[in-house]
Amino acid sequence: MHPAKSIIAFTSLSGLGFGLLAFLCMGYPDVSGWVAFVFFAVAFGLASIGLIASTFHLGHPERALKAFTQWRTSWLSREGWLAVIALAVTGLYATLVIFADTRIAPLGWLGALLCLATVYATSMIYAQLKTIPRWNHWTTSAMFLLMALSGGALLSGTVKAAIVLILAAAAMQLYAWNVGDSQLRNSGSNMASATGLGSIGKVTAFEPPHSGGNYLTQEMVFVVARKHALKLRMIALALGFGLPVLLLLLPFGHTIALLAIAAHIGGLFVLRWLFFAEAEHVVGLYYGKR
Amino acid sequence: MTELPTHTDRKLGLVIDLDTCVGCHACVIACKGWNTENYGAPLADEDAYGANPVGSFLNRVHSYEIQPENDAPAQLIHFPKSCLHCEDAPCVTVCPTGASYKRVEDGIVLVNESDCIGCGLCAWACPYGAREIDPVEKVMKKCTLCVDRIYNENLPEEDREPACVRTCPAGARHFGDFADPESNVSQLVAERGGIELMPEQGTKPVNRYLPPRPKDADIDILAPLLAPVAAEPKGFLGWLDKALEKI
Repeated sequence: MHPAKSIIAFTSLSGLGFGLLAFLCMGYPDVSGWVAFVFFAVAFGLASIGLIASTFHLGHPERALKAFTQWRTSWLSREGWLAVIALAVTGLYATLVIFADTRIAPLGWLGALLCLATVYATSMIYAQLKTIPRWNHWTTSAMFLLMALSGGALLSGTVKAAIVLILAAAAMQLYAWNVGDSQLRNSGSNMASATGLGSIGKVTAFEPPHSGGNYLTQEMVFVVARKHALKLRMIALALGFGLPVLLLLLPFGHTIALLAIAAHIGGLFVLRWLFFAEAEHVVGLYYGKR
Repeated sequence: MTELPTHTDRKLGLVIDLDTCVGCHACVIACKGWNTENYGAPLADEDAYGANPVGSFLNRVHSYEIQPENDAPAQLIHFPKSCLHCEDAPCVTVCPTGASYKRVEDGIVLVNESDCIGCGLCAWACPYGAREIDPVEKVMKKCTLCVDRIYNENLPEEDREPACVRTCPAGARHFGDFADPESNVSQLVAERGGIELMPEQGTKPVNRYLPPRPKDADIDILAPLLAPVAAEPKGFLGWLDKALEKI
């Protein structure tokens, strides 16, 4: 799949924002007043920038409100609703914490749950697609949730939780890559099933429908990045997981925390880029590109 | 609404005969022509005369080479591909706005372009590559089964079928109702063993493809008539042959 910047920004930043919100709503760190204001501002900022970025890849962003209508069948629509509800509930919780120094714990738990539900809905936009076997697996949701939680733990300065969650995310990512690399092969979709001509013999693409590219080949038959996939996986592991854990094991300070956060977010971007670039859409079979 | 109907009164769709298709792309052009001039946003081209032309099409013809395992000659199959109007259309249910829908009366899958936000998720959900975002209008385009022709009483009756079917010079495309076992398309599918594309995706496509008929083992019927008439040269050529051998 084409790794569009807007979608990478959307999934990464909204995940971080909702992850941080979840931690803040659970009372980590236990702050109020102006300190709480700064923490919540960062969380709402990240979530909002992510959600706004998602509209940049729309052909008609002016009609975006229509996307709230089909929550009964569409994960994209559900994601929209959950994001709005989560922001409203956590917004109320934040207002009380910042301005009234009142912490209503059950409201915080509800807010945290809604934040995680939003991240889950985001992951299901991708995981529901049978056409992309690599995504069509529970590890997709597990990774989105673990990345949101580890980012949230890191941003909220909850060091012990951050170390555990980052290690869990790294292990899950290794497992997801391991499973993902054989998902297309195991999906049963191949050139024989795509053309229905496998009973005659071996099917190969002789000529595409046209000499140039098209929307389908640009959007779904993205193959450029595969060349460096292994190197990028290593970079993502080192930046996103290895470096932050090493830094967190050092005596804690603001500089170290900032470095750990920067490395983790860098790794997250590389991971998300790979998430799209490595995803093989079965339509590529019709173009002989799988 | 993006909830799929549990039942459609008719199942309109196409049968494409891979034995007959000659790969002329006339259906592609007829489709682009009709759907640019009629219902919905025109099918645009960008940089049409430049280095990197792209455009939206609702029907594209691939060509595949098939090498039989028994060393028989390879076959070249032309393979037109458009929306299969699936019964369990994944493109419809993923749509967040309700722009995509499947009609209860005839099973045609359509896009209400004024509701489409151009998010592209339906194109991702389609295994067949039947949906393309128009590069200019930025809305999702797909085969309408020429819904503005098949019921159009302003057209002569023989024109009330999809443009691709009407134009096909080889008669490789057939239009009809798959819910009726007596229809032309149902009969063709039963007779020729019509195939579903990617059944493992669970989309239950309505359109069917007729596989190429088995080829004759000896494809060169002129071969017996072209046997060499003189294996050993005679006369002047015979003398020349012998003379050259001796040198």
